[in-house]
Amino acid sequence: MTPASAPQTANEPMERRTFLLSAGAAAAVMALLPSAASAQEAQALEAALKKVVGDAKPVDGRIKLTLPEIAENGNTVPFELEVQSPMSDADHVKVVHIFAPGNPQPDVAAFNFSAASGKAAVSSRMRLAKTQDIYAVAQMSDGKVFMTKRTIKVTIGGCGG
Amino acid sequence: MSVKPRIKLPDSAKVGEVIEVKTLVSHVMETGQRKDAAGKTIPRNIIHTFAATFAGKPVFSANLHAGTSSNPFLSFFMKVPGPGDFEFTWTDDAGTKITDKQTLKVG
Repeated sequence: MTPASAPQTANEPMERRTFLLSAGAAAAVMALLPSAASAQEAQALEAALKKVVGDAKPVDGRIKLTLPEIAENGNTVPFELEVQSPMSDADHVKVVHIFAPGNPQPDVAAFNFSAASGKAAVSSRMRLAKTQDIYAVAQMSDGKVFMTKRTIKVTIGGCGG
Repeated sequence: MSVKPRIKLPDSAKVGEVIEVKTLVSHVMETGQRKDAAGKTIPRNIIHTFAATFAGKPVFSANLHAGTSSNPFLSFFMKVPGPGDFEFTWTDDAGTKITDKQTLKVG
């Protein structure tokens, strides 16, 4: 950039209305883009959920899912989960499913517990293709279903290609 | 493939105590999504099932899908019912079973 041209463009007043309009349009586009992607993810999640819990309505809570805020390498993303439960014969967690709806295949893993587990907690590592919401769905021995979600940013996706 | 899995148990445990069991096994966990140099899809080969039993009774199992990382690491918990042996089995798509046995010292 030559020094002569710089002040010229800087001095050109931008009309307030134009600025607001363009800012508004940019915001609208920004809002649209992720929603198109997340609609696809919501569909993937719904299909995956239906497969495991049928028509049961998952309720928020009871599950603690720990993920890093940002995963630099999508190939191995560590996670920990724990479900609050007495883990007795009468009342325990049967299974916890992990879904990553932004992956080409949303299923990550399912962990089966029993009263012999003592504690419904597990840690492992998963692959993530991109920035997305991770869902954990817990089915209790009494038929109740709990669900929780965490958002995670993925710098480099890990699903090959 | 015949690399021995790595298992970490506490040195000793008391009856009724809830202990953590850590397991790590080497496996490619090929997702079936990748293509080779010729553009052909590499067939899926992942460990799809992990099961742990203690003194012959199931304690914990996991159904793993393509979203699980290679060399799957799993840690889980067990309430110690008494002395016994852990038996771990990993099964992959090719039908290969990797097994390991560990004794838990109780007392």
